[in-house]
Formats: sequence, structure tokens, C-alpha cells
Amino acid sequence: MLKYILKRLALLLPTLFGVVTLVFFMIALAPGDPARVMLGERASKEKIERLRADLGLDKPMSEQYTLYLKRVVHLDFGKSIKSGQPVMSEIRERFPATVELAFCAMIFATLLGVWIGVLSATRKNSWVDLTSMVGALFGVSMPVFWLALVMIMIFSVGLNMFPTGGRINIRYYFTPETNFYLIDTFKYLFRGKPEYFLSALHHLVLPSIALGTIPLAIIARTTRSSMLEVLTQDYIKTVRSSGIKEGRVIYRYALRNALLPVITVIGLQFGLLLSGAILTETIFAWPGIGKWLYQAISARDYPAVQGGIIIISTCFVLINLVVDILYSVINPKVRLQ
Amino acid sequence: MSEAQIKEIKNENPLSEHWYQLRKNKTAMTGLVIIALFILIGIFAPLISPMDPLEQNIEFRKTAPLTGGYLLGTDDLGRDMLSRLLYGARISMIIGVISVSISLVFGSAIGLISAYYGGIVDKIVMRLIDIMLAFPYILLTIVIVAVLGPSLMNAMVAIGISQIPRYSRVVRASVLAEKESDYVLAERALGAGDLELMFKSILPNCLAPISVQATLGIGTAILDSAALSFLGLGAQPPTPEWGLMIASSKEFITSAWWIVTFPGIATLLSVLGFNLLGDGLRDILDPRMRD
Repeated sequence: MLKYILKRLALLLPTLFGVVTLVFFMIALAPGDPARVMLGERASKEKIERLRADLGLDKPMSEQYTLYLKRVVHLDFGKSIKSGQPVMSEIRERFPATVELAFCAMIFATLLGVWIGVLSATRKNSWVDLTSMVGALFGVSMPVFWLALVMIMIFSVGLNMFPTGGRINIRYYFTPETNFYLIDTFKYLFRGKPEYFLSALHHLVLPSIALGTIPLAIIARTTRSSMLEVLTQDYIKTVRSSGIKEGRVIYRYALRNALLPVITVIGLQFGLLLSGAILTETIFAWPGIGKWLYQAISARDYPAVQGGIIIISTCFVLINLVVDILYSVINPKVRLQ
Repeated sequence: MSEAQIKEIKNENPLSEHWYQLRKNKTAMTGLVIIALFILIGIFAPLISPMDPLEQNIEFRKTAPLTGGYLLGTDDLGRDMLSRLLYGARISMIIGVISVSISLVFGSAIGLISAYYGGIVDKIVMRLIDIMLAFPYILLTIVIVAVLGPSLMNAMVAIGISQIPRYSRVVRASVLAEKESDYVLAERALGAGDLELMFKSILPNCLAPISVQATLGIGTAILDSAALSFLGLGAQPPTPEWGLMIASSKEFITSAWWIVTFPGIATLLSVLGFNLLGDGLRDILDPRMRD
């Protein structure tokens, strides 16, 4: 087991090195002078020269690259051109918002997706199965940002049931400690201000559904097909013939094994959510890393773009690694290969 | 067994056998019909559009559907929604085909070479593919467009490039499976060269997984280009691209539901077509690949 983990970790380093290299050169070799792009066409020559010197752009490319590598190792991505703040502290500040949203979206997608998948598999070819699978197909065929807008149109503007954006009612003032609003407002539940927590939860509903739709569809499909396969196996027949109730057969004996491939899908989807958040966060004015990265790209804030992409990709790779390791813990066949 | 079935079985051409299975597969046929419809709309857009998709008619802006001779209403600049949607079909089909062609050509070539030569070539190529896969897919697309500059053409290139790993992996896996098979060894013994073996013997036998991947890929490409346009990184105004139409409708969700709704439904339907056909093809061509 340890050998397997060490082997995977050893493979991780060259990948991350490749990511940093690719991101650096893609931005560095982009057409146009970054300094000019950042300052605009009318900036004076001295100003541009000063910024070029600040960014280290006057040095030869190889030197810039080694310098960048050295800084990245210490998680120093330079300063954002727009705000003047260190990129890393900007990311750290916004990361909890994205993680909170991604977690809620994933909980929504997993619970509903597994339930629908089991329901469809046990009632194969019934109308429940047909409706869910057609629904899942629509889910993966839909532009998610469009779904978000339609939901805002119906549930926020039309029915006034949910807020159109933001993380909490702006009139509720409190000092965030962890920046996970559900955690920060939790203690107010017992201090006579339960509306803080409820408001944070209320603001999470629509963005979580929008972000969770694709994973929901994929999890439902995977659960269904995996469940169908497990249900034909001999041990299920044995369990059934020993007189155990059907519900127990399905949830206790079949689902356990059927969930193996689902876990991989959940992990992969969770990694993808971090980037999928770019669209969702932009629409719901969610102050997370996705919206921040989008603004950085629009403003051509290159240090911020580089840092943001490297951090998100690293998280993505790490999540995939954790999922693989978890999978090999549950399924010994993988690591023995 | 009916007479028709016997006739089909007798027929030795494998393509016509696949076509027979395709016709029986409801999922695939539904998809095929939807795709055919969108392609026809795309080709004949100038003939069937009631109006010029770019013509602004300020007097009639935000006209509701079914009023004033506008079947689907007008947008915020008084342009006919129906005509814009029909022209949008043309743009989306072109986007799908071009981006998938880019990833198909480069991805297949990379996978083929990597698997055929093996050894150090394969190792290096697979490392590079791993690095590309380390980026969450949509993020890679966004970065490439951000570097190249926002335009529809660059969006297609970006989508094409970031999909390359998918094809390389599929092709590599099937080439590895075919490479050592008897017919390849026989042809090599008969003196066939590397190129001939790669392109004439091995590649045609890998077409099944590639065609499934490409069909699903067109749907993905349409969705991604809509997303890029929505973020302002793809098609630029006044192009009647569906994602861009959804983006420009953001401000009117309180006043004009049709500007938001229709371009989304058009995107959904076209992507649904490719997903249905892709799923159906997968069932027909390779039952083992079912998810």
C-alpha cells in the first residue's frame, strides 16, 4: 500500500512541474507585451519600462523562468496587477467560498444521484427509469450557465423564493473567521441569531443546484449501470434466497459494491467543479476563486491568472490522487496489479 | 427470423451491418434525426430565415413571441429571434465540426505514433498528455483563448487543443490492442512499411471507439463554445451565436423571458442529438464501452 502511494506521489512531481512550466510559457509567449496590455495603449514609455522591470520582463526568458520556479516553490505568485495584493493571499481569501459551494453541490449531486440511480436500476425500464435517464441526458446536454439564468428567472425574479446572488444577506454583519460562511454563522444559531446561518444556507441553494447538475446526471447514470451489473451477480441471488428483505438486499448488500465506480466519478467531478465554478460564480456573484479568476483573465492580470491556474490545477491533481488512493484502499485488485 | 434479417446477415459488408443495427437502435436514430435537422437548418438558414439576423429594428425591440409577425419575438435591439437562432445552428455545427476535426487529427496522430513506436516515445508523449490532463478541461480552454485573444476562431482552436488528450488516449489504447494481432504481424512479414501499417492496417480497425468519441465530442464542443462566448471569450457581437445570445440576455431576465429561453433550448436540443447518437453508437460498436 505504502509503495503504491509513494509511486503515485513520485509521478505527481513531474506533472506539477510540467503544469507550472506550461502556464509560465503560455503567458510569457502570449502575443503582445504584457506590460503594455496591462497599462493600456496610451501609457507612457517610462511607466511601461518601470512595470516591465517590476515584473522582471526585462530579464532574459530563461532567467525569468528559473526565478518564477523558485518563487512558486514557496507559493509566491507575485502581486496582482489590479489590486497590488499578493496573489496567494487573494486566492486564500476566496478559496473557502468556492470549496463551500463545491461541497454543497457535490452533496446535492451525490445523495440525489445515487438515490435516482438505485431507483432506476431496481425498476429497470419502468417509467421512473425512463424519466430519470432522459432527465440525466438533458442534464449533460444543457449549458449550465443557461440553467442558472433560467433558475434565477423563475425562482428568484418570478417567485421571489431565492436570492439572485451573493453569499448572505448583506444586512447581516459579522466577522468571518474561516470564510466558510456555514461554519462562521453556525455559532450564531445558539446566540439568538439563527437567521445568519439560514441566510447563508438559503444563498447556497440555487448555485449548488446549478453547479451540481452535471455531476448529478453522471452519478445517476454510473450508479444505475453499476447497480444493474451487481444485481445479476451470484452473491445477490444467495442473499435473496436466504430470505432477507429486498430493501436490505439492495441497500446493504448490492449498493455497497455498486458504489465503487461511483466513488471514482464523484472524485473526478469534484475536481472539475473547482473550474466549473467559473461560470456559476460569475452568474451568482459568488465571491469565490472562479469569479476572481474570470475577472483576472478579463483584466489580463497575468500574475493572478498564472497563480490561479496553477493552484486550481494542483488541487485538481491532488483530488484525483486522493480518489485513486481511496479507491485502491477499498478495492485491493487495483494495487495488486 | 424474418426474411429481411436473413438478408442483412448474408450481406458481408460490415458497414451495412452497422447501419442495420443503427436503424434498430432508437436512441441513435433519434439523435441522428435531430442532428440531420440541425444540419439542414444550418445549410438552408438564409433560405428559411424570415429576416436578416443582423437587422436591427429599434421600434420593435423586445417584442414578445407570436406578436407583430415575430414567431419567437425580438431581442433587445429588435432583431428577429427566430432568424438569429436559425443562423446560430449554422455557427454551432461549424464550431462542432472544426474543433473536433482539430482534436481528432492531432489526437489520433499522437496516439497512433505513441502506441506504434512505444518505448521512450510513448513515455514522453504520455507524460505530456498527463500534464494536459492535469488542467481541469474547461480551464485549459479558457487559458488558451485568453492567450490567443477572444474570437470565435480562437475558441474553436482552444476547444480543439484541449480535447486532444481524450482522442490520444482512446486511439493509443486501441492501437496497443491491435498492434500485436495476427493480421498486422502478417502484413509486416509481407513487407508493409511503418506508415502503411499505421494508417492502412491499424487505424481503420480503431475507428469504432474514435467515432463514438468524436460524436460525443461535437456536443461537448458546442457546449464549450457557448460557455466561452458567454464569458466574452468566444464569438463577438453581433454574431448570432447561441452562447452569446444567452449572455446578452442576462439583463433582461426580468422583462423578456424569451431572449433567455430560446437560445438555451436550441443549444440543449443540438447537444442532445449528438449525445443520443454517441450513446447509441457506443452500444452498437462496442458493448464493452458502456458506462
